[in-house]
Amino acid sequence: MKQLLILSGKGGTGKTTIASAFIKLSGAKIYADCDIDAPNLHLIMAQNIEPKRTAYFGMPKAEIDIDKCIECGLCKEKCRFEAISNANGFMVDPYACEGCGVCEAFCPVDAVSLKPAIAGELVLYADENKVFSTAQLKTGSGTSGKLVTEVKRHLRTRASPDTKLAIIDGSPGIGCPVIASLSGVDMVLIVAEPSISGINDMERIIKTAETFHTKIGVCINKYDTNLSNTERIEEFCKENGLSFTGRIPFDPEAVAAINNGQTIVDVDCPAGAAAKEVFCNTMKLLFKESNAAET
Amino acid sequence: MKSKGVRIAILSGKGGTGKTLVSVNIASIAGKSVYVDCDVEEPNGYLFFKPDNVREEIISVKIPVIDEDQCNGCRKCVDFCKFNALAFIKNKPYVFEEVCHSCGGCMLLCPEKAIREQEKAIGKVQVGVSGNVRVYTGIMNAGEASGIPIIKNLLEKSILDNTFPVFVDCPPGSSCIVMESIKDADYCILVAEPTVFGVYNLSMVYDLVRLFNKPHGVVLNKCLDGENPAESFCVENNVPILGRIPFENNLGSLNSNAKIATRESERYKVLFSSLLETVMKEVLHETTINP
Repeated sequence: MKQLLILSGKGGTGKTTIASAFIKLSGAKIYADCDIDAPNLHLIMAQNIEPKRTAYFGMPKAEIDIDKCIECGLCKEKCRFEAISNANGFMVDPYACEGCGVCEAFCPVDAVSLKPAIAGELVLYADENKVFSTAQLKTGSGTSGKLVTEVKRHLRTRASPDTKLAIIDGSPGIGCPVIASLSGVDMVLIVAEPSISGINDMERIIKTAETFHTKIGVCINKYDTNLSNTERIEEFCKENGLSFTGRIPFDPEAVAAINNGQTIVDVDCPAGAAAKEVFCNTMKLLFKESNAAET
Repeated sequence: MKSKGVRIAILSGKGGTGKTLVSVNIASIAGKSVYVDCDVEEPNGYLFFKPDNVREEIISVKIPVIDEDQCNGCRKCVDFCKFNALAFIKNKPYVFEEVCHSCGGCMLLCPEKAIREQEKAIGKVQVGVSGNVRVYTGIMNAGEASGIPIIKNLLEKSILDNTFPVFVDCPPGSSCIVMESIKDADYCILVAEPTVFGVYNLSMVYDLVRLFNKPHGVVLNKCLDGENPAESFCVENNVPILGRIPFENNLGSLNSNAKIATRESERYKVLFSSLLETVMKEVLHETTINP
């Protein structure tokens, strides 16, 4: 099974729009949304299936038993995350606590214990034809990388030996959820936007993705909003030996389709037509043998 | 009552809705002000401000280093580490720096005092000046997992600048890193775009600001004629609408070329001035009733 991950660095360039179009065009039976911090793919790709929801436990959180606490202050002193305060007795701020357990280890009277804590929810839409794995991180939670790894694990365990393709929608940025989503994928498609910010962010995500030695392709969304920046991106790809898979125009009909819960290839519009071409080029690249790519 | 040194955070949930557009443009017309870019994974504000006199500081975290000669192989550190950042392989201790949270527990617990800490650079903080605006930028190194120590440093530094209004440009999402960015904020501006994706993610940051009891309002960006799902969300939930930014090619073009619209066009100067005025009124109102 080949795994295609869609990333962008900058947010709002069109990752989910492209991912949903690709799922439609490929008839992919296996797909996931790893943007667990602000998931959207389910808004257009959730089938009429009741999903299976499971609680996701992140790192445990410390709790102080006030009755046992002798107010020595050792926990507060040792905590590197400023998670312990002493206003009306010693207390742990669950949002600041990272669950490292230092306070528990140093409490002389065993008043601190680590308690399991729900940090989100894994959501799996599955029937005999399709599997769609996604999740939602709890507001203000950390450990997002671990949840991304779980989303991908759900996906893999449901894949059958003859599954050829999995499409994964990623998150913006270059930090822990992105790094977790990158591990083990066969190719990354970067959706770039022709703005100075978009170019800067694209260069940073490419640098991050390159450390994983996966194939990288680049396409440009809303290319006609700034033609000189579009040229700069294509030039950048040439100079750096990155495969360029096409341009998609800005298209109000595409926005309307998404707002109707459709993908951009469900309607007859310029963006949809361009997305088809980008899809073909991307698939060629994804399924090309890596040694053939060298020649 | 706070007035001059108010801290205003700008956030959105979904990426690309216009956080930086709003932050940069209102900071640029707020007289003397401070702009803080907390989107340390993909900072963009400095591309607009192009600050001068930039000073830079490397931000590092503490990573354990184990002295193999002193290690007696008791594995206390390995058993303790909740992040699986330590391992004992073939009678040798190993540290996996990428997953270490720098809690210091292993060093504190080692009975042989075989563990010390060493600084590891994860990024930098830059401070520069652009017109009346002091510009703080956090930049995380590619390949690092968490930018939180950089955000903490940015906020600590900028909090000393408490005589002027501070505008904090937040990362997308609604996770720990956004929470860290809004922690000291007196007021939160939520920037929304008129798409179903935008509204869904708006509802998530709306939960976040309510969870932390932050007074807040919404700026509707990329407004077109016709129905606006983000506006309907605000009306349904009784969230104040602070202003509307139209979807215009001219503004899009200035923004995609990293130009500050208020510095280029009188029309946008008027638009963002009126937005800033509304925001400041709300902030003063909120900080008066809720000091």
